[in-house]
Amino acid sequence: MRTFLQNRRAVAGAVILMLYLLMATIGPILVPLGGQAPGEAFQPPSWKHPLGTDYLGRDVLAQIVHGSRDVLFVAFLAATFAIAIAISVGILAGLKGGVVDQALMTLVNMMLTIPHLPVMMILAAVFRVRDPFSFASILALWMWAGLARAVRSQVLSLRERDFIEAARLLKLGSFHIIFREILPNIVPYVAINFVSMMRGAIVSSVAIMFLGLAPFSATNWGMMLNMATIQTGAIYIPQALPYVLSPLLAIMLLQLGGYFFASGLEEIFNPRLRAHE
Amino acid sequence: MAIVFRRLALALLTIVVVALVTFIVVQNVPGDPLYEWAMDMVQTSGLDFETAYKIAAQMYGYDPNEPLMHRLLAYVKRLLRGDLGYSMIYRTSVNRIIAKALPWTVFVVSISLLLSFSLGVMLGTVIAWKRRSLLDPVVTGYASFTAATPDYVTAMLLLLFFAINLRWFPSKGAYDIGIKPGFNLTFIGNVLHHAALPILSYTLEALGGWALAMKGSAVSVLGEDYIMAAKARGLKERRIVTAYLARNSILPLITGLAISFGGMFGGSILIETIFNYPGMGWFFSQALMRKDYGMMQGLFLLTITATILANFLADILYAKLDPRVRLER
Repeated sequence: MRTFLQNRRAVAGAVILMLYLLMATIGPILVPLGGQAPGEAFQPPSWKHPLGTDYLGRDVLAQIVHGSRDVLFVAFLAATFAIAIAISVGILAGLKGGVVDQALMTLVNMMLTIPHLPVMMILAAVFRVRDPFSFASILALWMWAGLARAVRSQVLSLRERDFIEAARLLKLGSFHIIFREILPNIVPYVAINFVSMMRGAIVSSVAIMFLGLAPFSATNWGMMLNMATIQTGAIYIPQALPYVLSPLLAIMLLQLGGYFFASGLEEIFNPRLRAHE
Repeated sequence: MAIVFRRLALALLTIVVVALVTFIVVQNVPGDPLYEWAMDMVQTSGLDFETAYKIAAQMYGYDPNEPLMHRLLAYVKRLLRGDLGYSMIYRTSVNRIIAKALPWTVFVVSISLLLSFSLGVMLGTVIAWKRRSLLDPVVTGYASFTAATPDYVTAMLLLLFFAINLRWFPSKGAYDIGIKPGFNLTFIGNVLHHAALPILSYTLEALGGWALAMKGSAVSVLGEDYIMAAKARGLKERRIVTAYLARNSILPLITGLAISFGGMFGGSILIETIFNYPGMGWFFSQALMRKDYGMMQGLFLLTITATILANFLADILYAKLDPRVRLER
């Protein structure tokens, strides 16, 4: 905990992430989505509308707050799915070895060379994604490969350790070995990756929403950008600047928070990085 | 040599598998992709639906009533002839669209890559050599800032401020409609004017990454004996930095550069869409948004083929450039 508080990057990141978490959980209760007011389109920021209004006179701040819930929920689901796949594949490949290992690692290498965003976009467009769960599955399908490879190499090194050898000699069974001996040793490593996974999921999901390929939530920041640029062309109106800037800055600050937090954690858990500074 | 063949086999296998999976996915699209097309033809040319549907099926090379194997065979045959498919929305072959779009994408991405790579390498070398200078935290901070910002956010910000609010740059197209393409100053100036913001977006995004990679590589090279020896021989600082430090630390970056060059065939979907720049990425996003499966499939196949082959070449190239590197499985 001490080392955490001393790491300024990690603390700054954690504060930003906490703010977003608050915004996503209790924010929608505090800031209700207002109705339309076509006469009040593209209002500049004011007390009534701190971030101005959109092309239908709706409050932008409320959309950002409600959108944070959508964005974070999809990213959370996607990161969870991806980590579940990565752990299963990594442990399976590392423990089984042989043909299973070879086949799985070939698959991993293939998936890593394929550009992810276009594939995710095609899948979202073809399957006409309309709910957060299928959207998150499509994202997760292309996010697990790198981590699976890392988990596998962790398992390979764990496998040679004495305590696994002891468990094997005691005939404790692979269930015990996987869940009692290996998983607890991988968890901290995977936990650090969770934030980076969510960051990646946010970048891709907002991009896909930007093109309007997964139109299920009107307040998602990507959907807001889609409405502002592709659907209505509001960005070409100079007065719409606060409306268009809001989702952009929301993404940027969230990404910065996630980046600082993840790289701060990495510095704490990987002392070799600290020596470089 | 055997390892080279194995890598090549994996690369080709990946391409084949991806092409096959895309084919199957696109063939099993929920709903009938031909229906709207045929309906459109009924309205515009007054054909009856049956005939229109048949024409559409023939142009698209797709007949949902045939068994999947037949369709696959026909698809492979067309691919082997170099025919990447047919676009429903533009009513022309995907090859033609690529011939029109690819030059713009290659133009923008290659300039951006050269700019960001050379600038990044220079900055990275300087901050590795002068560790205590003020430039180091500035460049590192900038790099983490761009690593955290998605490319489309950067592109949107540039568009909003420099194209829409300040009106310094145009916000759509590769050149103005009124200008005749040709090899003259007006045209080239106009083209550069239109490409400036997309190039700037790519460059700003990639610069920090190259600089950090170069710094990391150069810092490890600094510890080598030959740098010490060069210093001991009293060589000029300039010569040590360029001939000994930079030349040796650039090697690991070449792989990344080769991969980026391969990735450029797809362009950046969002950057080109945001600036309405008519490259590969823009056409790809049109295909996605307007559900033009033929164009989607064709553009995607070309893009991943280029990316995967570039990855393969990068591995080989790296091993060739640096004999200390052995290719591993």
